[in-house]
Amino acid sequence: MTQTISRIPFRAQPSVIPGFGLTLGLTVFWLSLIVLVPLSSLFLKSATLGWDAFWAAISTPRVVHALRVSFSTAAIAAGINTVFGLIVAWVLVRYRFPGRRIVDALVDIPFALPTAIAGIALTTLWAENGWLGALLAPFGIKVAFTPAGIVIALIFIGLPFVVRTVQPVLEDFEREAEDAAESLGANPWQVFTKVIWPSIMPATLTGMALAFARALGEYGSVIFIAGNLPMKSEIAPLLIVIKLEEFAYAEATAIAVTMLIASFILLLCINILQRWAERRERRR
Amino acid sequence: MNALFSIAADQRREIVSARRKTGRAALIAIALAFLGLFVVLPLLLVFLQAFAHGWEAYVEALTEPDAVSAIQLTLITAVISVPLNMVFGLVASWAITKFEFRGKSFLITLIDLPFSVSPVISGLVFVLMFGLQGWLGPWLRDNDLQIIFAVPGIVLATVFVTFPFVARELIPIMQEQGTLEEEAAFTLNASGLQTFWYVTLPNVKWALLYGVLLCNARAMGEFGAVSVVSGHVRGLTNTMPLHVEILYNEYNFVAAFAVASLLAMLAIITLALKTLLEWKLSRDRAPDSAPAGD
Repeated sequence: MTQTISRIPFRAQPSVIPGFGLTLGLTVFWLSLIVLVPLSSLFLKSATLGWDAFWAAISTPRVVHALRVSFSTAAIAAGINTVFGLIVAWVLVRYRFPGRRIVDALVDIPFALPTAIAGIALTTLWAENGWLGALLAPFGIKVAFTPAGIVIALIFIGLPFVVRTVQPVLEDFEREAEDAAESLGANPWQVFTKVIWPSIMPATLTGMALAFARALGEYGSVIFIAGNLPMKSEIAPLLIVIKLEEFAYAEATAIAVTMLIASFILLLCINILQRWAERRERRR
Repeated sequence: MNALFSIAADQRREIVSARRKTGRAALIAIALAFLGLFVVLPLLLVFLQAFAHGWEAYVEALTEPDAVSAIQLTLITAVISVPLNMVFGLVASWAITKFEFRGKSFLITLIDLPFSVSPVISGLVFVLMFGLQGWLGPWLRDNDLQIIFAVPGIVLATVFVTFPFVARELIPIMQEQGTLEEEAAFTLNASGLQTFWYVTLPNVKWALLYGVLLCNARAMGEFGAVSVVSGHVRGLTNTMPLHVEILYNEYNFVAAFAVASLLAMLAIITLALKTLLEWKLSRDRAPDSAPAGD
């Protein structure tokens, strides 16, 4: 039985509801037209390059450095967002305080605020004569126009992910387990590491991976604050734009495909993480 | 003995609750400081900078011709791309949630794809297709059509970037509602469109509205993808975010933040409506759980 089904893909189960062929057909058509065909043009273009040209394009010191800057700043920002995201999620779920609803809504600002606006605002804040930059300048700390600035922008961009993935799990968490651990003499740290952490870990990792993936491709907020010095504070997406402006389409494509493959691997990891979390949830 | 024991327990509870209170205050303080530093301060700065030279400078920055044409282009882009994605979102979530078929989760992954692609790459794919060196470039040039560095390219890139928004909001809620109500409508001889209009749509209206709002905020604010395909022709192919970039790079900070403040306002209104919709949604759901009276 399963074999006959597997031989006929996209077959609807019998249903009285009409419109299956029409809606699925339209969906697949529109998806192909807007997303799949344009994306495949990227892979077709890189296929016409050949392996040697592809490798030559992504192994120049400038490209390697830009990729390294992108990956390392995204990783640092995702790490910081994980720690603070957990705290924010915890505070929003467990504590009641005036203005909690507004704080909860504020978490979504990085999703709704255009990236370019975030970029110019953060740059103005952290520049040497800005509100925050001026506080750090006497200590010789420069944030804007250095890789540290990139991290600041990426923290802003990735801020909602860990909060929004952990929040629902924490809301469903049964507090009896905590109370039981406490009455057995566990201290708060033990309660957190031994009881709470195991059940929120998959969601936390998913949020971290989402924040990392978003940070990796981010462009708008970073280019203002980064300073964009080649071999110093240049990110990979910016290098794609620079290559495009030089009409070096082949090189731009090679960098783009490299980054796209990285985000597909991340997407795969996120899917596996979510399946794992679902399986654990069902076992409990 | 018993009394002694209960005193010890009381003391312990007191110590624990005191510790809890400090822990609670500390965690709230950390969370508020983090959000204040990274979210509230930048938002506040946008408005303070926009009005740094007073109301007149603000109005002037928004009414000069290049700003007006940028605002117009942003509105045109949103007016085309948001309804397209709304219709697609409704059609796709109907197919996905009302029927069972193989490859469904793969289809959902494909719909979500634009979320995981860098905005720059989203623009690049259209340059590779329609640019002068692209697959269709020579044909477009021979027929005197321009997509890249023109308005159609901006609209295409925006549709790509905002593609998943509506479908993503609708799929979970339509999944939850199942197909029972629709099946009942069909046994009562309702037509497909009637069922959609009178049964499905009222059930998902708030989720749909929220998806449309988010889609609109992103469509108006998209920077990376649009920047790659626009060509930055002042007064012609500059959207609001691109206009902000140019003003900022010209050190015209007051004007840059004035235009930026409009987009920041849009973000705040979007989130305020979202909070309102969530409240409505939870209120709409509440009567279901209560015993049916009539």
